[in-house]
This record gives sequence, structure tokens and C-alpha cells, in this order.
Amino acid sequence: METINYQNFRIEAENICVDYNGKVALYDANLRLKPGQICGLVGMNGAGKTTFFNALTGFVNISKGKIRINGESVRSAQKDQTIAYVPQNEGIDSQFPISVWDVVMMGRYGSMNIFRCPRESDVQAVKDAIERVDLTDHLSTPIGNLSGGQRKRTFLARAIAQRASILLLDEPFSGVDIRTEKLISELFIQFKNEGKTILLSTHDMIHVREFCDLVLLINKTVVAYGETSEVFTPENITTTFGGISPDFLFGPES
Amino acid sequence: MELCSFLTLDSFITDPLTHEFMRKALLMSSLVAAVCGFLSSYLTLKGWALMGDAVSHSVMPGVVVAYALGLPFSLGAFIFGVGSVALIGFIKQKSRVKEDTVIGLVFTGFFALGIVLVSKIKSNIDLHSILFGSPLGISLSDVKQTIFICLLVVILLSIFRKDLMLYCFDPRHAKTVGINVFFLHYLLLTCLSLAAVVGLQSVGIILVVAMLITPGATAYLLTDKFDNMTVISVLSAIISSLIGIYVSFWFDLETGGSIVLAQTFIFLFAFLFAPRYGIFKLKKLFAGYK
Repeated sequence: METINYQNFRIEAENICVDYNGKVALYDANLRLKPGQICGLVGMNGAGKTTFFNALTGFVNISKGKIRINGESVRSAQKDQTIAYVPQNEGIDSQFPISVWDVVMMGRYGSMNIFRCPRESDVQAVKDAIERVDLTDHLSTPIGNLSGGQRKRTFLARAIAQRASILLLDEPFSGVDIRTEKLISELFIQFKNEGKTILLSTHDMIHVREFCDLVLLINKTVVAYGETSEVFTPENITTTFGGISPDFLFGPES
Repeated sequence: MELCSFLTLDSFITDPLTHEFMRKALLMSSLVAAVCGFLSSYLTLKGWALMGDAVSHSVMPGVVVAYALGLPFSLGAFIFGVGSVALIGFIKQKSRVKEDTVIGLVFTGFFALGIVLVSKIKSNIDLHSILFGSPLGISLSDVKQTIFICLLVVILLSIFRKDLMLYCFDPRHAKTVGINVFFLHYLLLTCLSLAAVVGLQSVGIILVVAMLITPGATAYLLTDKFDNMTVISVLSAIISSLIGIYVSFWFDLETGGSIVLAQTFIFLFAFLFAPRYGIFKLKKLFAGYK
């Protein structure tokens, strides 16, 4: 087991910029997260949440700035299986002919040989991960036959099987049932205790208050960042959402 | 053709086998169909049908130039196949024209260039056989080259089978865990260009895209497991090419067209009667009887 130094940063993003063919998607964004921290990423559609994730995973290149993952480059983070990405349900082809087992096994691909032959340890990791998300009865179910919540849990299991120390979750609570929501929140507590770092994007203000130690409000760049209790104010949220009040966006309860 | 002689199924099948060109055509077309069928699972899942059409048309000038220069035609096809995709990507990035328009524009341009080149370069290239295929008139050097390409594609696909599946399913995850997505993208493109070039001998350049998408689409309707999909796709491709060649032999029909039509009929059958995804859902019908 790796020893976790809770003082070192897991994620350090300094003044990062991303543009797609000259169109700026994100500029001067900063983020620093330590082990065991859960950070909420909040912003409008098109505010750069997915772009931020893509930059951290190396799926897009940053045009300016610096990203360090556990003090090293994104490239070596990829090699070390440091980051796991859990996509939105809409981000995946649910009709793809693939079973729960196969999806979770994909979490192990990065550490397998070139033919991706599962070793005993891989099989065990996949079994354990599936058990933790309570899908043992659905090992060979095609993902197309799962509910939204079950599918979300499948991808969480993939991240668990990968044994990543950083989890990026894109809208983990959208379109899931109560049972899945409860299971995910229990997993969050476990992940926190294991010293994993979590960055999650969400539309739901209640979840931010409930789970996130820190919050990062973005609108193409960082609007506000800090402890949820200090930063997650109606004024900041209004600025993030381009002047629309949170009451109007999310109902009076938020 | 002596129509009376296939009163028995036996002679329907064995009579054509007495001709050497038929044995060769059946063998080579099955091999080509198997390779295209294998690749077809990936292309249909990746949503590359239009890309397949583009690449298969774009290889035309490459084939012509290679013939004229006495180079292996697969080399020319490969350069133009991958080149067309690079050009599509470049134009898309540098202009505001939508992707499907760019694809249509580039491949028709390449195709037209091929046709013009054929008419200009006086050689023994038979335009008809490039456009519509000539599995019955395949030469010995073509046989060797086809076998070589087919083996190469099968080996590449077999080695990177799982990575390509992951690439089609979730490229973002692949990238996150350090798998070379750029390499996989071009690997799939390379296989596509090579398959197009062997496929065009069987059914011709215009119909080769059918070899690359129909078997995969058929298999997609019949299973929820990726490995089964590949097997079904390969089998349906081989069966279609055998049916196509036999039918074209006995009824004196264009061979390439017959092969593709056979594939289309198999697809239609799956579309109507596939157990889970067919219109009539046979499984449910049977369940109703119990």
C-alpha cells in the first residue's frame, strides 16, 4: 500500500488554458487538491467543466499553464493509472455490446500486458469492485439492460478496479435512483478515508453542501474557489451562472 | 448455364467447384469477406460507416497510380486512404464547413481523380473491374498480395482486439489510463484502407463499403456480446460471399452485386426476426406459445 502524505498536493493546476481551434474554453484556471479532499465543480453548461476534466486526464492539451498530478506530469499520471474518469451516463454508448464485467475489467487494461490478458489479481480486483457497488448479480448483464443508476455504478466499479487515487466524476448524481445515490455517498466517505481525492461536477446545489469540502465555481475561468461554507454563497453562485439567481435556477430550497 | 443440372443441391454446389477460377474466387472472396467482417464490428460500433465509404472511394487514385508505376496496389491505396482522412481532418479544423459535407467533398474529389487518371494512363487497368469487382478473374499475383494483406489485418486486429474495443467504446478512459489513442485511431484507419483494397477485388470500389458495414450491422442486431458480434459478423460475411458467387455463377449475374445483395438480405432477415432486436422479436413469439 502506498503511504499517503496528506500535505502533498494530489492535483495542482496552475493558470491552465484550453482552446479548441482558437476558441477559448477555459483560461487562467487554478486548482489545488490534497488527499482525502472532495471538491465540487460547479458551472453552467459550456462553462468548461468537461474541459477541465479533459485537461486533467490529458484528453485535451493545455495551451498554457501547468498541471502536476502527485507532483508529476499528466503523462506519467496516465502511465501510473493515477486518475479515473467516471463519465456522465449520456457520455457513453449504452447500446454497446458489452457486459458489466467487461466494462469493469477495462479499469485494469492500463496495467495489463499488450494482449490485455487478465491475471488472477485483475480478476480479483474486478470482482471486489463489482461487489462494492452491489452489482454482483449483474456480472454478465449487457450495459444496455441496466438502469441509469446501475450503469453509473458500473463505471464507478471501473474506477475502483483501476485503484486510482484521483477520481473525476462527471455529474455522478444525475439520472440515478435513490439506492444508487445512497451507495455513491457511502462510497465517497470510504474513498475519503482511503485518502483518495475526488473532483465531481454537479448541477445539484444540495449535493455540493452535503459532500464537498471545497467548491470550485467556474465560468470559463475560476469565479471562486475555497471551503464550501465560505465560497458557496448566493452572490458567487449568481455570478457563476451569469447573473441568474440560484433560486430561479434550482428552486428556493437551495 | 445448364439450369437443369442444379435440380439436385449436390450438383448446385459441386459443379462450380470443377472450375479452377471458381475455386479460387470462392476461397479468396471468403477470406476477404472474413477480414472485412472482422473489421466491420469495429466500424459499425465506432460509427465510421461514412468514413468507410470515404476511405474506400479515396483509394481509387492510389490503386491507379500504383498500377501505372508497377508498385503494389495496396501501397497506393494505403497512402490515399489515410491521406484522405488526414485531409478531411485538416479541412474540418481549418474551415467552418460541417464534417459530413467535408467527408462527401473529399472522397468524391479523390474518386473523380481516380476516374480521370484511369482514362489518361493508358494501361491494362480495367475500370469496370475496379468499380464493380472481378473475383472470378483474380490473378496469381493478386492472390498472393490479397492473402498477405488479409493476414496482416487479421494479425493486427487480433493483437489489438481489446484496445480497439475500448477505443470504440470509451476513448477518454483509454487515454486516461495511458493507452495510445492516437495510435489506435490510425491503426483502425490503416486496417480500413487495407480492407478496402482487398474488398474492392471482390465487390468493387463502389460497393466495398457494404462489406465493411453490413455484416457488423447484422451481428449488432443479433447479440449483446462483443466477441459474439465479431464471430457472427465474420460468418455472415463469408456465407454471403459464398451465396453471392454461387448465385452469380448459376444465373449469370454480376458477382459483386450478388455478394452485397446476399449481405443485405441477411441483414433484412435479422432486422425482421432477430430474437431481441428484430421487429417481430422471435423470442417473444416463442415465449407466447409456452
